[in-house]
Amino acid sequence: MAVLDRHRGRVVGELMRRFFLIAIPYAWLLVLFLIPFVIVLKISLSDTELAIPPYTPTLDLSAGWAGIREFFAGLDLENFVWLTEDDLYWKAYLSSLWIATISTLLTLLLGYPIAYAMARSPEQWRATLMMLVILPFWTSFLIRVYAWMGILSQEGFLNQLLLWIGIIDSPLTILNTNSAVYIGIVYTYLPFMILPIYAALDRLDGSLIEAAEDLGCSRLMAFWLVTMPLSRPGVIAGSFLVFIPALGEFVIPSLLGGSGTLMIGKVLWEEFFSNRDWPVASAVAVVLLLILVIPIVLFQRNQQKQQEAEQ
Amino acid sequence: MDASLLAPWEDPQAQPLIRFKNVTKSFGAFTAIDDLSLDIFEKEFFALLGPSGCGKTTMMRMLAGFEAPSSGVIELAGQDIAPVPPNQRAVNMMFQSYALFPHLSIWDNIAFGLKRDKMPKHDLQERVEAMLKLTRLEQFARRKPHQISGGQRQRVALARSLAKAPKLLLLDEPLGALDKKLRQDTQFELMDIQETTGTTFVIVTHDQEEAMTVASRVAVMDHGRIIQADTPDRIYETPNSVYVADFIGDVNIIQGQANPGEGEGYRLFWTEGQPPLIANSTKSFSAGQTCHLAIRPEKVTISAERPEEAANAVQGKVLDIAYLGNLSTYHVELPNGLVIKAQTANTRRISRRSFTWEDPVWLSWTATAGVLLAN
Repeated sequence: MAVLDRHRGRVVGELMRRFFLIAIPYAWLLVLFLIPFVIVLKISLSDTELAIPPYTPTLDLSAGWAGIREFFAGLDLENFVWLTEDDLYWKAYLSSLWIATISTLLTLLLGYPIAYAMARSPEQWRATLMMLVILPFWTSFLIRVYAWMGILSQEGFLNQLLLWIGIIDSPLTILNTNSAVYIGIVYTYLPFMILPIYAALDRLDGSLIEAAEDLGCSRLMAFWLVTMPLSRPGVIAGSFLVFIPALGEFVIPSLLGGSGTLMIGKVLWEEFFSNRDWPVASAVAVVLLLILVIPIVLFQRNQQKQQEAEQ
Repeated sequence: MDASLLAPWEDPQAQPLIRFKNVTKSFGAFTAIDDLSLDIFEKEFFALLGPSGCGKTTMMRMLAGFEAPSSGVIELAGQDIAPVPPNQRAVNMMFQSYALFPHLSIWDNIAFGLKRDKMPKHDLQERVEAMLKLTRLEQFARRKPHQISGGQRQRVALARSLAKAPKLLLLDEPLGALDKKLRQDTQFELMDIQETTGTTFVIVTHDQEEAMTVASRVAVMDHGRIIQADTPDRIYETPNSVYVADFIGDVNIIQGQANPGEGEGYRLFWTEGQPPLIANSTKSFSAGQTCHLAIRPEKVTISAERPEEAANAVQGKVLDIAYLGNLSTYHVELPNGLVIKAQTANTRRISRRSFTWEDPVWLSWTATAGVLLAN
């Protein structure tokens, strides 16, 4: 009997252990994602009001069942309807998608050769090169964006350099244009593109390229038929890692962009802090999240497929 | 059959398919290939055998075009191949890691080289099917390399490298990743395929058994040089040096001073107070020259009594017995401390074994059983 009890005790202990292991990530998700999301969703269904907090209704539990019913009766989709009525919002969404797409392509065009060169460099250099890619992360993101303002402004370093070389006669206007936004996004997110592509290229067995050449490929052909397809998971991962945060980017367009730069992150910020219209701002955020769910799901599927292929 | 067809290397008129002429290859201060000359003939199955770092892989990579010789000339069918890039050589290679393209199916892997040649679609399909049939991979055509076993991958690599019908096929440790049983089966498969296709095979291996099994000729290499290149039986029976004798199979080496005896015979004085050993040799040695008698364990007879007729007989006691199932190897210590291995076939059950540890025994062998080697 005692033996059976001890056995049962061990089984229960094992179940508890498993439960806690699984419970930790779920608790994390619940506290840091799901609850804030539900709060934002609730605010997006509310109406704006000059009060603290600046929306209505608020849940009054002291009123009991009637209070809860009243609370739910006060929620509506008015703000989401508003998003479709004012063309500012869908223009901002489209413009954000456009800027994020172009920035991702530019980052890919710049990042792939860098990752390729890193993977092809002598073994003893690689750690240093990797370090150089990660190094900018050691300074605050905000400071780096401010530094770009110093570089790109009318009397900034870039214009001074170009004037000094004699390529241009009068300073270029780069700061406060979309070009500055592209530069800022490409600069900021380049490491996120380089690292996954580098990881994919680094894993690539050099004898595959030799085999391709042995079977009649030129260098370029071998790159196109073997290196490119085998680094595709890295390219896809890198593109999503750039595209997803770039879509909701707020700091870069507000600091480097001009009045003509329309990005949804900036609109969101203005609704929240300039207009103090929390419900509309929350509705903008909820729609942004829904737009992002699609690439995030695609990204997850890519990662999963890659893991399966490696087994 | 005409002798020159079976052994073209013995025919001075025969044109080699591959000719290494005084080829040297250095990587910085390291000399991988040292002034090496070698002829390989059409339809040969030629094995490059040696320890790792002996330069065998470098020779193969020079043939494939991935390395260029530092000096000397490599000819393929009479043409210097130095200026020909790897993708234009009529040479294909089967890589040690197989190097199968993981993103392509087995079918597409095999078709890869043919597509580069812009082969018409119908011919291409036929060729790939033929290769799949040759390597018995028909039902795996649609799978990816990671979905098949190691032995099947090895066959895909072989099919892919044979698909373009190269003049010369290079195999870099092709069976290294397979377990022993599969390796033995595959060796015979390789020989069959080589015979069917009539392709010249050059195989790199560090496994002497594999080289002996598959090859028509074996080149034993060390430090960038070929020590001996000959048929497997001659490499085994008449090695030209202690290095080769020792590298191929098991051998007893007895050092001593040679003195000419009657006819082709030499007397080898090997230790104090023992009669000299009698050994025939086609090579001549001067009186008193230090040399080595190399004798294979299976050519040494072990007996309880001194055999009457034996040209050479020495007494010792059994030190160790290695029982291998079909064979037993006796390690017998001679009075001067030298340990000689003698091998007998276990034609009788082990319980009826005649000798055991510490037994005094006689070892004997004929005058022609061993080889006298100068170095």
